[in-house]
Amino acid sequence: MQEPGRQSVVDVALQGGAVAHPATVSRARVLTNLRLTDAAFHHLTRGAAIAVLIILGGTIISLIHGSIPALSTFGLNFLVEERWNPVTERFGALAPIYGTLVTSTIAMLIAVPLGLLIALFLTELCPMWLRRPIGIAIELLAGIPSIIYGIWGLFVLSPFLQRTLQPALIDTFGDIPVLSTLFAGPPYGIGMLTAGLILAIMVLPFVTSVTRDVFEAVPPVLKEAAYGLGCTTWEVVRYVVLPYARVGVIGAVMLGLGRALGETMAVTFVIGNAHRISASVLAPGTTISATIANEFTEAVGDLYTSALIALGLILFVITFIVLAAARYMLARIERRIG
Amino acid sequence: MSMATLHNQTPVPVVAHTSAATDPGETKIAVRNLNFYYGDNRALKGVDVMLHARKVTAFIGPSGCGKSTLLRVLNRVYDLYPNQRAEGEVLLDGKNILAPGQDLNLLRARVGMVFQKPTPFPMSIYENIAFGVRLYDRLSKSDLDARVEQALRRAALWEEVKDKLSANGLSLSGGQQQRLCIARTVAVKPEVILLDEPCSALDPIATAKIEELIDELKDDYTIAIVTHNMQQAARCSDFTAFMYLGELVEFGTTSKMFTTPSDRRTQDYITGRFG
Amino acid sequence: MDLYARRKLRNRIVLGLSFGATGLGLGWLVLILGALVFRGASGLSLQVFTEMTPPPGADGGLLNPIVGSLILTGLAVLIGTPVGILAGTYMAEYGRFSKLTQVVRFINDILLSAPSIVIGLFVYEVMVAPLGHFSGTAGAVALAVLVVPVVVRTTEDMLSLVPKELREAATALGMPRAYVIGKVSYRAARAGIITGVLLAIARISGETAPLLFTALNNQFFSVNLNAPMASLPAVIFQFALSPYEDWQRLAWTGALIITMAVLALSIIARALAASGKSS
Repeated sequence: MQEPGRQSVVDVALQGGAVAHPATVSRARVLTNLRLTDAAFHHLTRGAAIAVLIILGGTIISLIHGSIPALSTFGLNFLVEERWNPVTERFGALAPIYGTLVTSTIAMLIAVPLGLLIALFLTELCPMWLRRPIGIAIELLAGIPSIIYGIWGLFVLSPFLQRTLQPALIDTFGDIPVLSTLFAGPPYGIGMLTAGLILAIMVLPFVTSVTRDVFEAVPPVLKEAAYGLGCTTWEVVRYVVLPYARVGVIGAVMLGLGRALGETMAVTFVIGNAHRISASVLAPGTTISATIANEFTEAVGDLYTSALIALGLILFVITFIVLAAARYMLARIERRIG
Repeated sequence: MSMATLHNQTPVPVVAHTSAATDPGETKIAVRNLNFYYGDNRALKGVDVMLHARKVTAFIGPSGCGKSTLLRVLNRVYDLYPNQRAEGEVLLDGKNILAPGQDLNLLRARVGMVFQKPTPFPMSIYENIAFGVRLYDRLSKSDLDARVEQALRRAALWEEVKDKLSANGLSLSGGQQQRLCIARTVAVKPEVILLDEPCSALDPIATAKIEELIDELKDDYTIAIVTHNMQQAARCSDFTAFMYLGELVEFGTTSKMFTTPSDRRTQDYITGRFG
Repeated sequence: MDLYARRKLRNRIVLGLSFGATGLGLGWLVLILGALVFRGASGLSLQVFTEMTPPPGADGGLLNPIVGSLILTGLAVLIGTPVGILAGTYMAEYGRFSKLTQVVRFINDILLSAPSIVIGLFVYEVMVAPLGHFSGTAGAVALAVLVVPVVVRTTEDMLSLVPKELREAATALGMPRAYVIGKVSYRAARAGIITGVLLAIARISGETAPLLFTALNNQFFSVNLNAPMASLPAVIFQFALSPYEDWQRLAWTGALIITMAVLALSIIARALAASGKSS
């Protein structure tokens, strides 16, 4: 902050031109102390900022360190091996990875259209007095801890699905060639579809609120111009608002995806915890986070623990990439508006 | 409903026309006793005015006088905002467009608007125009191409963009963007075109081009233009309305308004005493 | 007009769908909160707050997990908040335009949404494995790691909102940077920063995954930070997945307690933010 050759107030005060008056001397001392405090505070805050980097770095390093036994034993085969046998100590990440991807995909397929439609409602249709209450309701939904979603899913949603939706799906698609395998199997109630549904409900508030913010940032003049041509509300959203806000919407979707991928408790309760890959979404499966949550404390032996940590590393890498991409997209639209 | 009876009903004295060039002919839009509110704030007070078919009517007045507000009633774009409302009558070809149950999309197909800030849609130049056309007509590709070309020619933009129709609308200069918006408005074949200070964001050369355009367009369309540039009003329009603090003070042929206005306030504004 | 009618119909369908989607979204909220109240409220009694977790079949309460959660959450906030506020201060004040700030902002946003179970693994590797046992401290540290990004983000945002004229006026009086920050910026952004802390607390109150292999769980009453410590989320996890009805009932009650705490914190945080904005 100081240009070379220029003196700061403190220096001038310290040099003092006149006779060392007692008041001047103590003022100089005060100023010196202040300068030291200032420097100390500066370093303290800088250290705290660096601490954030250390947290991330530490996480990556410790995950890698913990995975080394498993990764060195199984190599890249780890990623494509389906077997998960603690007894024979053969571990493969394929089933958890598959489950993570499938449940997240189901969640996004449901949450994204719903989220866009709700954002459309809030920005174009909703009467003014209703907007804040609904906005608050969405935030409440986002604030509910995931374990609540978990037990609700297990005790309320699963039995309901078991009685209604799942038999309906099995019956409807039972005779159609490809879809029958997709919706096959006894209706357990729990399973990948249920987990995907719970994830969808969890992700919905994020997608909705970010999309709504992005929609609201579209310049009103642009919308007026489209209405002025005689466009219906849907046409204005589809041809003007969405293309303008496209990058922001994609960012919102990826943010939701990042959360869905890493969600643990809600999924653990309803996924069924079976280490296998099934074609049917009604079947039980497992996700990376559910596997770790369920088995970590019972893991006996270094290789077992290491395999679980390796799973954690895979999850971290996947979510890191998705979240970084989301952040990049949202930063781009922020720059365009502000 | 004859011109005379219409005139007798308005409190504002409207001077009889003096030449065939400014013979008003039929009335396209008649505004009667229009009051407009932003919340509790009354922005337009009992306005009566007429837009004559295939003529250019300019609305002038100091900032805040309500001229843009009036324009925005004519295609009911204020409807998008819940705390804005209009009372009174606005007759388009005799039918009141403020009546409940109006089909707004159809209205806006007949009454187009160009805004102060150029608003190209986030699409290619071709798509900007084709988009509007597709709303109302099912055309083959060649017909659509012809319509797009026709609109761009009307807006005096064709020569400049014919080789880059797939470029993004935002890549054009400000003046070109505004002409694109005019082309887009013209492409849907409206009957009335509303221009809300169309040149205020443009440089003098672009402004001149648009004023030329207005002169050509008025052969086919009824035009209303809001401007705070009096010289522009004097150059472009056949009729002028002077507004002040939400009221229509005076309305008449442009030549008369600028040479021998009847109202003191009009004279003060035109001679630059205020505003 | 055929085309026109079709456009109108499409518009009406989509608008109807959006209406329905909103109803669906709100419906979930009602269903979830309703189930919580319905199944959890019946178990609410003084006993829940005064007795320890029982073995299956016996009577009991949730005292140890509630106390454990309070201790863990409190400790996590104690550790994480200063780090978060200081880091946010650097990013908004000293290092506003530096490269370090840009990098930290990016990393921080990622940590904000990172899977919490991975954080649990990190703390396990660093604190549990080397020491050979689970501990309440490790659990608090894991939660603190979740607190930091939230506090950093809100602190930076709130401090950035402080008008630069205020800072310039203080500096013109001769105040050194640290004092300007302490006496002027912090005071101006105080409501916002506190809101951030409350939001962080709300966030970690319901977190289970990071505690699973750090603080573990404890069926007895214990405030020993060096040993496994009970927490509400961990107990809910254990009880809900058990086959015992009374344990399941306690799980629902615990869930209701957590949800009410989280909602109360959110409401207070929001009220604080609103009052801060109007002042």
